Amino acid sequence: MISFAPTEEQQAVIDTIRRFSRDKVSRARHDADENNAFAPALVQEGWRLGIVGGWLPEEFGGLGEPHSAISAAIYAEELAYGDLALALQVLTPALFGLPMLKFGSDAQKARWLSLLGEDKQPALTTAFTENGWSFDPNSMKTTARREGDDYILDGVKVRVANAEGADAILVYANENGATQAFIVEKGTEGLQISQRESLMGLRALPTYGVTLNGCRVPATARLGEDNGCDIRHLLNVSRVTVAGLGVGVARIALEHALEYAKQRQAFGKFIAQFQSIAFMLAEMQMEVDSARLMTWEAAWNLDKGNEATRECVLGFNYANDTVMTVADRAVQIWGGHGYIRENPVEQLLRNARAFASLTGAAML
Amino acid sequence: MIDFEIPASLGKQLQILEQVALNVMRPASRHFDVHEHDRPWDYIKLMWDGGNNAGHRERASSGDLLSMSGGESGEKVSGPKIRNLALMYTVEMLSYGDCGLYLSTAGGALGAAAVEAAGTPEQRERFLTRFKGGEPKWGAMAMTEPQAGSDTANIRTTAKLTEDGKEWILNGEKIFVTNGLMAAQESPGIVVVWATIAPGTGRAGMRAFVVEGNTPGMTVARLEKKHGIRASDTAALTFADCRIPYDNIIGSPELAKAEGKDSKGFAGAMKTFDATRPLVAASAIGVGRAALDFTKDFLFKQGVTIRYDAPPNVLTAVERDVMRMEAQLRAAWLLTIRAAWQMDSGISNSLEASMCKVKAGEAVTWVTQKAVELLGAEGYDCKLLVEKWMRDGKINDLYEGTGQINRLVVARRMLGYSSKEL
Repeated sequence: MISFAPTEEQQAVIDTIRRFSRDKVSRARHDADENNAFAPALVQEGWRLGIVGGWLPEEFGGLGEPHSAISAAIYAEELAYGDLALALQVLTPALFGLPMLKFGSDAQKARWLSLLGEDKQPALTTAFTENGWSFDPNSMKTTARREGDDYILDGVKVRVANAEGADAILVYANENGATQAFIVEKGTEGLQISQRESLMGLRALPTYGVTLNGCRVPATARLGEDNGCDIRHLLNVSRVTVAGLGVGVARIALEHALEYAKQRQAFGKFIAQFQSIAFMLAEMQMEVDSARLMTWEAAWNLDKGNEATRECVLGFNYANDTVMTVADRAVQIWGGHGYIRENPVEQLLRNARAFASLTGAAML
Repeated sequence: MIDFEIPASLGKQLQILEQVALNVMRPASRHFDVHEHDRPWDYIKLMWDGGNNAGHRERASSGDLLSMSGGESGEKVSGPKIRNLALMYTVEMLSYGDCGLYLSTAGGALGAAAVEAAGTPEQRERFLTRFKGGEPKWGAMAMTEPQAGSDTANIRTTAKLTEDGKEWILNGEKIFVTNGLMAAQESPGIVVVWATIAPGTGRAGMRAFVVEGNTPGMTVARLEKKHGIRASDTAALTFADCRIPYDNIIGSPELAKAEGKDSKGFAGAMKTFDATRPLVAASAIGVGRAALDFTKDFLFKQGVTIRYDAPPNVLTAVERDVMRMEAQLRAAWLLTIRAAWQMDSGISNSLEASMCKVKAGEAVTWVTQKAVELLGAEGYDCKLLVEKWMRDGKINDLYEGTGQINRLVVARRMLGYSSKEL
């Protein structure tokens, strides 16, 4: 039966994250961007909101509920409403954990999922994205080659969050034309973490390049071991979660634009009273709502077990377009002041463009 | 719980309507586009009789607009209230068949919606029961005048009380009255006429009156020749000393007092629009879907398939266009069913109702224009219906408030501004 109302449980989590985003993250956002880091305590606090606790099995300290793509998208929106860099940093271990939950062997789950139930954020991350304008998740350049009881990994990954000091990295690679994932533990020979990246936005998120040079891992390190994983499903979950993040960034940009337009005066009235500005605001609201509903419907399809690549791609594209347009309009409404880094919308415009290359960068 | 599952009962009804759309409406589309002022009697009778037999009038096709304003209407349906939701799906499917024919469907439509929203129980009884049986009848709303479109407060048609206080005398000219011919002249229907009882006072003097079909003094001045939706009659009505009973003023008798500062009469009309704007959006999306389905099918036959999960750098321009067409229509549809769900759930929705109307009007305009473009020379040819859908679709960005007026409504709601402030 068609409904647009979250469950009471979802609403409670939404309220919790929203308070965190509004009261704590939004205050820290500007300085974190300038200083290239959030305070570790704030990241830990975000982790302790327990966003991954819902789907984590009970034996590992979670609630053992089925993973819900809709919940993931909704919670992602609230986190990114605070700050995108913080959201990604908080979610990083989930990028390792969720594929493990969905496709990991019992032995893999026992070893790794228990870490996600702990109070302290585990040092786990994922290496997915590759450089190059033609990056295709279904045809990666990083390769995995079977050799006896081992796999040999070769390639270069970028945008690996929290890679420095990570206990394990889930590395996606091309194995005979199919994308599979491999657990590469700290200190593995041939694994090299490059210098921290410097990006247009997401400056508070520590990301690194990762080079795999004849990196040898045992066959038991292959996600799902003999069964492997379904990259299409993981990609779809990622798409709707990233789309949710996009809606969150767009929403905070709209909120800043609306507030500013109501208090900034020009020619003797508030600029929101000019139709040129008011129409922009109306369109921004329309697109934020559209992107959210597209995301929810795609996520709902995934939760129903439908093969929903089309819906997930369209939802992701919609959110990607929306967040860029809305952040741009927000800067436009702020005028020259929107270009100044002290004002909140400047950073949002830099962060918004990140979505063009964020697929695969978030699941929770 | 967030859910996108269509209720099973509605799903079955839609299967039937899809047959009507494809097998009854589509084959007649071109004829009533070319023969602009012919009446599609086969379709009208099918829907009217079907409504009587299958209960369509109650919740779907013709009398559908009778009680769209929510409230008590939902009580007629057992289980969750889905009246408005069902209406959106119905209108979308009929417009998928043919938007012009859908608009010609007999029933109370906007006129009845206004009576339902703001009328007294006695008025509902007197004016609305006619739509439940007998021969097909139409209801219409006469609001627009040559000098007053979106600026409805500028309406000049006057309603003057006779000295004995027993009758109103209407004088003025109305244009763009959908089904005006059928409601005013060709059936014992009703026309809801907006007029001022205190010229020069703007909204404060605005009231709505019911004029029954064939009342002396009300004449059809002309039928418009239009860009699209040619199957739908769009009339200009002239009121020359048209006398109607005192009780035909919609709402409570106090509304007849001219000095009343409150503009409840006007608010009544606006309330109607909260309910009808999502219907326009649904209709728009039906037309858009017709064009999109046809285009995808056409392209598929040319060997073009859409690679949804291909990286952006390998997608062709055509693939990108089609994906965008799908996404725009879907987003508009989701906004529309959200507005309907809000109505069914008793949640105020004037922001969302206007929002879905803006989005759908824009989406259908762009999608249908794109469809003609993608099909090349064939898209422009009257052998196909695509060019017609492009002409039909555009109306949705114009009537029931242009895209601009609806943007204004959305902005005012977001900002908490009155019409004086924005």
